[in-house]
Amino acid sequence: MKKFCLSHVKKENRIHFNGKLTTLQKKKLISWLFLLPSLIGVIVFFVAPFMVVIYYSMINNPIQKEFVGFANYVNVWNNAAFKQAAKNTLMFSFLAVPLAVILSLFLAAVMESRIPFKSYFRTFFLSPLMVPTASVVLIWQVMFHQNGLVNNVGTFFGAQKIDWLKSDYAAVVIIVLFLWKNLGYNMILFMAALASIPRDLLEACALEKANKWQVFWMIKVRYMSSTILFVAIMSLISSFKVFREVYLMTGDYPYQTLYILQHFMNNTFASLDYQKLSAAAIIMFIVVTILVYIMYAIENYYGKDVEG
Amino acid sequence: MDMQVKVKNKIKNRKRRVDTAKTVLVTCAAIIFAAMFLMPTILTITNSFMSSAEINANYGTIFATTEKGGKIFISKTVNLKFIPDMVTFSQYYTVLFKSPQYLIKFWNSIIYVVPIVVVQLAVATLASYGFARYTGMIKNVIFFAYIIMMLMPYQVTLVPNFLVSKAIGIYGTKWAIWLPGMFSPFAVYLLTKFMRRIPTEVMEAASIDGADEWFIFSRVCIPLCKGGIASIAILVFFDYWNMVEQPLILLPDADMHPLSVFLSKINAGEISLAFAVAVIYLVPPLLIFLYGEDYLVEGISYQGGIKG
Repeated sequence: MKKFCLSHVKKENRIHFNGKLTTLQKKKLISWLFLLPSLIGVIVFFVAPFMVVIYYSMINNPIQKEFVGFANYVNVWNNAAFKQAAKNTLMFSFLAVPLAVILSLFLAAVMESRIPFKSYFRTFFLSPLMVPTASVVLIWQVMFHQNGLVNNVGTFFGAQKIDWLKSDYAAVVIIVLFLWKNLGYNMILFMAALASIPRDLLEACALEKANKWQVFWMIKVRYMSSTILFVAIMSLISSFKVFREVYLMTGDYPYQTLYILQHFMNNTFASLDYQKLSAAAIIMFIVVTILVYIMYAIENYYGKDVEG
Repeated sequence: MDMQVKVKNKIKNRKRRVDTAKTVLVTCAAIIFAAMFLMPTILTITNSFMSSAEINANYGTIFATTEKGGKIFISKTVNLKFIPDMVTFSQYYTVLFKSPQYLIKFWNSIIYVVPIVVVQLAVATLASYGFARYTGMIKNVIFFAYIIMMLMPYQVTLVPNFLVSKAIGIYGTKWAIWLPGMFSPFAVYLLTKFMRRIPTEVMEAASIDGADEWFIFSRVCIPLCKGGIASIAILVFFDYWNMVEQPLILLPDADMHPLSVFLSKINAGEISLAFAVAVIYLVPPLLIFLYGEDYLVEGISYQGGIKG
């Protein structure tokens, strides 16, 4: 399924190499033509400027263009605002990602069990995905206001009132918003993974009188391990993107614990400090690439394990 | 004999009762979750039918603006209302007929999003055929590069976007939003996954019958991938309808911002309108969601894993 190149095709390729193209080679060339528009666009708008970013990250300023090696990286790394932003972003991810995985797995399990009106529940759980963040921030602000709904419920149970957006709890508000928006998406991924577990395997378990706990841990989690990792890393990456929510909720200068990497970037944009900006972007790039590579490698490993 | 039947029935009944109890429990959990997922959206919608007097009475002057542009809360009394005292369409009337700036921003959003969705899908359909038709070492490497680019947070891609839009002179114009969006690798990645599920035999059969590559692409692959194209179009639409980061960086002129950015900057005097505007902004994705939920689910399910 995954690879279309048949082995005999390759041999044929090697034989005809003199002058004329074989039909197959012609077809392969044509398949590159299909790729061409996208390739040109990607090179012009993503790859080439990224090379410039790498270049910028290693010079002292765009006018003198003196090569300074990794000095910009060291500068960014030692920058207090960058450190604060990186720390906040990491803290946020550290809290939000496990919650995103566990809760969406739970939701998928709920959808697997026998409940009435299943398709409605799926619609409800998925609905935040389509709601533009900008549309709900208002109600979010009202809910988490000092005298808002959440505090009212809290005081009903005897809790202290908190001014959510202007305290150390501000991150909690954003985590709730993040989960609200992303759980449905993850749930669908888990549901697809659960549906792909072979039925006969589960039937065999039932015959062997395995209890539900065993089936869950030995079969389902094992089969879903690659999906769990996929969801975890995708959540991690989308947790880097929560700037949108933070910005819409709190503007350019949020409470200290909400100052995340994108704020750092935006404010550096404002001061047009290209070197700093470039170095910061490349540090981010390296982190994300490593994450993607880990995901890829683990998927290869587990994929073989389950299929074989 | 009689005894045995009785005992059996008892066990059966108990099992059934446990099962029912479980179902009730899970359903309750599902209902609680569904309520939490739906509440922000529903509250926004119901609040949009309040008169401005009622909104001001309930939320007071919650949203006042500081010099820096961030929002602060000064009201002492906030009553989150679920149902308006009196349903009125006056907010909608004001937005639609008296305050043209909201409709202009709404129109901006459409102007940005629709061409991006159409062209990105067109470019991606071509490219994904190119990726799926014949594979090879080089194509695999390029495809992996696409995956990495797709997963990059905006913090990374915005710097290259900014540089290239300055370099080719589209900074501050609609093209600065359009072009990077049109060549975004996201649709290419997902559509390639769809196309790779088409059995090679189908394409080979067409080829043997004398079909050229364009014919196979347009008459065999596209019809087979219709569902995939629809689901990806929906995902891309949601993504760009929600955009905040790109206009903030690439469009210095606030008049050109889409409604998603503008909504967060609604000032204190017009807070009563904000809910109505939020709902109007919600309508297009809501309609698409209700109409195409199954496509959406299919599209997400296909993302379960990095590889093909």
